[in-house]
Amino acid sequence: MKGEIIINEEVVPNVHRLVLSAPVIAKRAKPGQFVIIIPDEVGERIPFTLSDWSPEDGTITIFYQEAGVSTMKLTRMKPGNVIHTLVGPLGRPSKIEKFGTVLLGGGCYGLGAIYPLAKAFKEAGNRVIGLFEARTTYIVYNEEKLREVVDELYIVTADGSRGLRGHVPEALPYILEKEGKIDYAHFIGCTYMMMVSSRGTKEHNIPTIVAMNTLMVDGTGMCGICRVEVDGNTKFACVDGPDFDGHKVNWDMVFARKHAYVAEENMAYQFYRTQMDGAVNKCAKNRKEGA
Amino acid sequence: MSKRKDGLTPKERMAIPRAKMPEQNPSARAANFEEVPLGLTPEQAMEEAKRCLDCRKQPCVHGCPVAVQIPEFIKLVGEGKFGEAAKLIKETNVLPAVTGRVCPQETQCEGDCTLFKKYGGVSIGALERFVADYERNNNLVEIPPKPKPTGKKVAIIGSGPSGLTVAGDLILQGHAVTVFEALHEAGGVLVYGIPEFRLPKEIVAAEVDYLVQQGVNFELNVVAGMTITMDEILEEFDAVYIGVGAGLPWFMRIEGEELNGVLSANEYLTRSNLMKGYLFPDYDSPLPQGKHVCVVGGGNVAMDAARTAKRLGAKVTIVYRRAREQLPARGEEVHHADEEGIVFQLLSNPVKILGKDGKVSGMECIRMELGEPDASGRRRPIPIGGSNFEFECDQVIISIGAGANPLLTKTMPDLDLNKWGYIVVDENNRTNISKVWAGGDIVTGSATVIEAMGAGRIAARSIHAELLGLPQPTSEKEEE
Ligand SMILES: Cc1cc2nc3c(=O)[nH]c(=O)nc-3n(C[C@H](O)[C@H](O)[C@H](O)COP(=O)(O)OP(=O)(O)OC[C@H]3O[C@@H](n4cnc5c(N)ncnc54)[C@H](O)[C@@H]3O)c2cc1C
Ligand SMILES: Cc1cc2nc3c(=O)[nH]c(=O)nc-3n(C[C@H](O)[C@H](O)[C@H](O)COP(=O)(O)OP(=O)(O)OC[C@H]3O[C@@H](n4cnc5c(N)ncnc54)[C@H](O)[C@@H]3O)c2cc1C
Ligand code: SF4
Ligand code: FES
Repeated sequence: MKGEIIINEEVVPNVHRLVLSAPVIAKRAKPGQFVIIIPDEVGERIPFTLSDWSPEDGTITIFYQEAGVSTMKLTRMKPGNVIHTLVGPLGRPSKIEKFGTVLLGGGCYGLGAIYPLAKAFKEAGNRVIGLFEARTTYIVYNEEKLREVVDELYIVTADGSRGLRGHVPEALPYILEKEGKIDYAHFIGCTYMMMVSSRGTKEHNIPTIVAMNTLMVDGTGMCGICRVEVDGNTKFACVDGPDFDGHKVNWDMVFARKHAYVAEENMAYQFYRTQMDGAVNKCAKNRKEGA
Repeated sequence: MSKRKDGLTPKERMAIPRAKMPEQNPSARAANFEEVPLGLTPEQAMEEAKRCLDCRKQPCVHGCPVAVQIPEFIKLVGEGKFGEAAKLIKETNVLPAVTGRVCPQETQCEGDCTLFKKYGGVSIGALERFVADYERNNNLVEIPPKPKPTGKKVAIIGSGPSGLTVAGDLILQGHAVTVFEALHEAGGVLVYGIPEFRLPKEIVAAEVDYLVQQGVNFELNVVAGMTITMDEILEEFDAVYIGVGAGLPWFMRIEGEELNGVLSANEYLTRSNLMKGYLFPDYDSPLPQGKHVCVVGGGNVAMDAARTAKRLGAKVTIVYRRAREQLPARGEEVHHADEEGIVFQLLSNPVKILGKDGKVSGMECIRMELGEPDASGRRRPIPIGGSNFEFECDQVIISIGAGANPLLTKTMPDLDLNKWGYIVVDENNRTNISKVWAGGDIVTGSATVIEAMGAGRIAARSIHAELLGLPQPTSEKEEE
């Protein structure tokens, strides 16, 4: 499968919304699943959460942040361009049931990615409380869209420029006081946010699911790079997850493993940038021809 | 069979020295990813062909899992009819350029050859490779005429050697064939596992292209069970072949395995081969480069990982718990690894991976001795108490085997699996579900390319019979 780009726009600084034509995936997608993209011929396989889809239009939406070479390449692609490889939906769908009151927290790309979950939890008869966590007010996005499907939306900013100040753990007591009780929580965002949030909900004994975003290659259970330790057992995030019990994930290990390829990732990024700037094309070209 | 034209006596044949395939020299090749054996010249091939005694009992053919007509093709090589020889092989083996390179000939055809013990078997693998390369390089590959369509549709899940074989066989019978492949390139282990220096990817691409030209439809980036469900496939197709391989990497479950710098051979080889990580940063996927890489395991996969690391400039040690004679890898791979300067730390088993700041810093092993033979017939390694030792390394590649990937099978609750998760089939490779066949590593566990192809052929016959309402091939047919 390949995906033609329909929209690729920066919605707030460093968060991009990408809409792709992908009828087969749009037909099959369920909340909590992801796709893998290879931007171009020499690209790597990178996972993104399905943040919306329309079986009627045959489109899928993802929100992404520029983090390294692959996401930078994506930012430079235009409507009409075709993504080299698009595969999905992957991962187990999230568990959607009637729990009562469900707290859905998003940070970073999660502000966009919690939308399908919110919709599904709502449809399953839950009272759905949205929570946006952001560094500051001007990087909050997707608010109107989410408000359509949640009963309440809390905004938490690290600098206090909007809503509650701090992070999820600081906001929880306030939200609990207002809502009375939270039966279930689900977080999507950067690793740090998910870890801290899980710690927060643990204090209040709220069952908590996190959507792990480990490094991945194939996304089909074949390589094992996505392994995480959950409750003492090794799990592969791509096929056993990405959702896991946030109170049982070995977070220290998750953090250590994230940095497995930092040096190489940085090198790829710098290499691509200098190439784009036209500085070192010769050596790369020669090597490719030899390949 | 017609008489040989060269008129040599058996004695004269046996006096001919076994052909030596030219190879890149070890120090040069340990720094590049080009193929190591360079292939026979036409003269060498014709000379080697003269060595064949044309034995009446054809032990070589019995040693071949798909019964390639070995003496017959060798005779054609001897007469310089290379193209015809290639066609003859392809009647039983659709991927000779691949198997000529990767089959463990020393335990199959060449090992059973009459000349094996005293003179060294006829170089059947080298000859097979030679004619296949000759055919491809001289554009002698002909696309067979399109057969009359049967109107039947077959889905094949997985594009490894077994899936490709089924596709090739059934397209020739006039069925419409679609191959679903989860990854972005077709070939299975041939593209993601086996490195360029052993099997150039252009060869696999040429084989896939040959099928495309015959009308096989490849649907890449389709994960059966996820992108498309089995029910949908069964609704749309008249028969389904499952050839999804055994790709789930095993870990050792020892302390330190979560450290950065520890990876499965599957990850390492996939990054290198499928993602072209060895060309990083021209390609974006990073391939970690250790200074001292320790590979755990002794099979083909371990040799491939070790030799890849060597080519990236590392010092490489292979840790294996049995002795050299028990190394399961092809003889040629062990020999090449040796020549390239890879160290074998035999009769040793890792007990702990040592780390510093979250990264690998070394390994602790225990020495082993060999006891009684186990179920596999190999002598069981037993740890020697108190013999632990440590050494430094900064990367560990785990290559102790792989199991069944449940991604597809877990979506088919009615499918019969054995206790290891492999699919159970009958002698025609039918599963317990109607219209569904299976074969290759997902049935046998990790095996060989040619066995996976053999399984594909059996299934293809059975599928063809079923689709046309003919009697099922009996087991006697398999024996031939
Ligand atoms: C199941 C899943 C769903 C995801 N969904 C989204 C999404 O919807 N939107 C989105 O923007 N990102 C998502 N991610 C993360 C995204 O895949 C990475 O940000 C991306 O791979 C970075 O690629 P890159 O080449 O641009 O950066 P790289 O060069 O690979 O990395 C640059 C920096 O980012 C860090 N990094 C790399 N991979 C990850 C990762 N998986 N998570 C966090 N940090 C990482 C690296 O450590 C490095 O410091 C998801 C990850 C997973 C596993
Ligand atoms: C590194 C390595 C080196 C080896 N060296 C040798 C050697 O020298 N000689 C030898 O004879 N054998 C060797 N082998 C073993 C040999 O490669 C295998 O036995 C053989 O490839 C098995 O073929 P297969 O068709 O059953 O499966 P595979 O080759 O494993 O192919 C299975 C394919 O199915 C795809 N797939 C899986 N799940 C799905 C799904 N749900 N939907 C769609 N597609 C799916 C996979 O992506 C893969 O492409 C080696 C194996 C490895 C890993
Ligand atoms: S066993 Fe050896 S010598 Fe005899 S026919 Fe086969 S290849 Fe020729
Ligand atoms: S990404 Fe390779 S096993 Fe999960």
